[in-house]
Amino acid sequence: MASSTSFRVLPGFGLSLGYTLGYLSLIVLIPLAAVFFKAGSLGFDHFWAAATSPRVLASYRLSFGASLIAAGINAVFGLMLAWVLVRYSFPGKRLVDALVDLPFALPTAVAGIALTALYAKNGWIGSLLEPLGIKVAFTPLGVLVALVFIGLPFVVRTVQPILEDLDTEYEEAAVSLGANRWQAFLHVVFPTLFPALLTGFALAFARAVGEYGSVIFIAGNIPMVSEITPLMIITKLEQYDYAGATAVAVVMLIFSFLLLLIINGLQAWTAKRTGRAR
Amino acid sequence: MAGAAAVLHGSADHAARFESKAATREPGLVKWGLIAISLSFFAFFLLLPLVAVFVEAFRKGWETYFNALVDPDAVSAIKLTLLAAAISVPLNLVFGVAAAWSITKFDFRGKHFLITLIDLPFSVSPVVSGLIYVLVFGAQGWFGPWLSDNDVKVIFAVPGIVLATVFVTFPFVARELIPLMEAQGKEEEEAAVVLGAKGWQTFWHVTLPNIKWGLMYGVILCNARAMGEFGAVSVVSGHIRGYTNTMPLHVEILYNEYQFAAAFAVASVLALLAIVTLVIKVWVERQAGKAATVSEDE
Repeated sequence: MASSTSFRVLPGFGLSLGYTLGYLSLIVLIPLAAVFFKAGSLGFDHFWAAATSPRVLASYRLSFGASLIAAGINAVFGLMLAWVLVRYSFPGKRLVDALVDLPFALPTAVAGIALTALYAKNGWIGSLLEPLGIKVAFTPLGVLVALVFIGLPFVVRTVQPILEDLDTEYEEAAVSLGANRWQAFLHVVFPTLFPALLTGFALAFARAVGEYGSVIFIAGNIPMVSEITPLMIITKLEQYDYAGATAVAVVMLIFSFLLLLIINGLQAWTAKRTGRAR
Repeated sequence: MAGAAAVLHGSADHAARFESKAATREPGLVKWGLIAISLSFFAFFLLLPLVAVFVEAFRKGWETYFNALVDPDAVSAIKLTLLAAAISVPLNLVFGVAAAWSITKFDFRGKHFLITLIDLPFSVSPVVSGLIYVLVFGAQGWFGPWLSDNDVKVIFAVPGIVLATVFVTFPFVARELIPLMEAQGKEEEEAAVVLGAKGWQTFWHVTLPNIKWGLMYGVILCNARAMGEFGAVSVVSGHIRGYTNTMPLHVEILYNEYQFAAAFAVASVLALLAIVTLVIKVWVERQAGKAATVSEDE
């Protein structure tokens, strides 16, 4: 609102905001609303039956369980990788740093078939695990491997800037007060990193739950065993069960929206803890 | 912003700062142990899959490789992928600039909510992204009867593929530009306008030079996702060979038909695209880093 003290100098407010809202509504909001309208037309009993059938419930268990474990693995190794990339110099570091973003750039279907080739019985890694009795491809373990692949950059890229911004003086103070390296890390560095690490974990988790392309090739897609939730939507669509597909989609959407709120909160916390602008 | 995992920041080496001081340095054994563990993890999960794509692609020799790429179905898939990217990237570029301009140059209520809404497509599963268009434009959808009366096909046709691609790449440019333009403020633009510049002149000569690296960053990430999208496109495509198959879908079909060498050949082109994307990305980061140092020196 233009008052006498704050006169709006720059042009284009109406045009740019109008275009933004119009385009946003057409591409995102109205189509998303269609899912909820469709779900609303089902009636609660029908909706509930479709969203909680045994096969769908099994897919929730796998999708959410494997995504949680994958995000946990990524939190541990992603933190380690970010630490190594920020704190140490070693040959090939630039290449490693650039390739961390590979899962963002590599099409998921390509990642899917590559991982399957590696972890299949006769693959480079699969043939090493076979004698140990470990089967990865076409089992829930394969789902986990694919989800670790796609989630890694989320943790590295959220933790890395915070590590880079860290001043050396806090750790120096800790050491001069008698702390050893591990204590300094645990009590000085880690609390600063923690909100960012949790954000990275949540981002990796959110991405993993919705992931489709990299998982379906390696999963084997055995009903009740290795079917992920997005695949259930596809399966129902292929059977022209639009109502069933919509019900599962609504469950996934509500979950994504909740996670989006949590992530926004976590990012605000990170900003507060580190003094970084969001 | 939710999902902000790849926001442009200048590249700089921080290792020297930490390694030069005893207080921020670990014993050699710990250091090399950590490097060994994290690099093994990196090699197993990121490097090996990339290498495997190319090894598998050339397993049956150059001839099979080239035949897979010049196959008419492959060529039509490449064309459709390029078309989908050529439409969705410019659309989302214009949107990104408009959204960033309105959000960062003006104050209005509900700004943060608007930013969250712009981020929505990133938190939606690709499969759901495809489904929403089926529910709007499909045979049973809102506009289904009207579309079939007028003989317009959206789902299981090219428009559906383009729409799904636009949706999944929607936030890329906007989310790159919003933090960047927020940090730059609006003093420079206001000065230009006060000195008599028109709106567009201000944008071209003042704003654009300031945001060009961020803009480019958003565009290459947007393009990579547009060309590589699988889940959303898979739902709306109907997998009609030579007509509604994009490159990732073509990879899937070949793979499911056990034509592994051909599948990996097409996949290797997509992997090459990913590598090119990463190279440009590193280059843009370095340019942006340089630009930031120059403006700090001034």
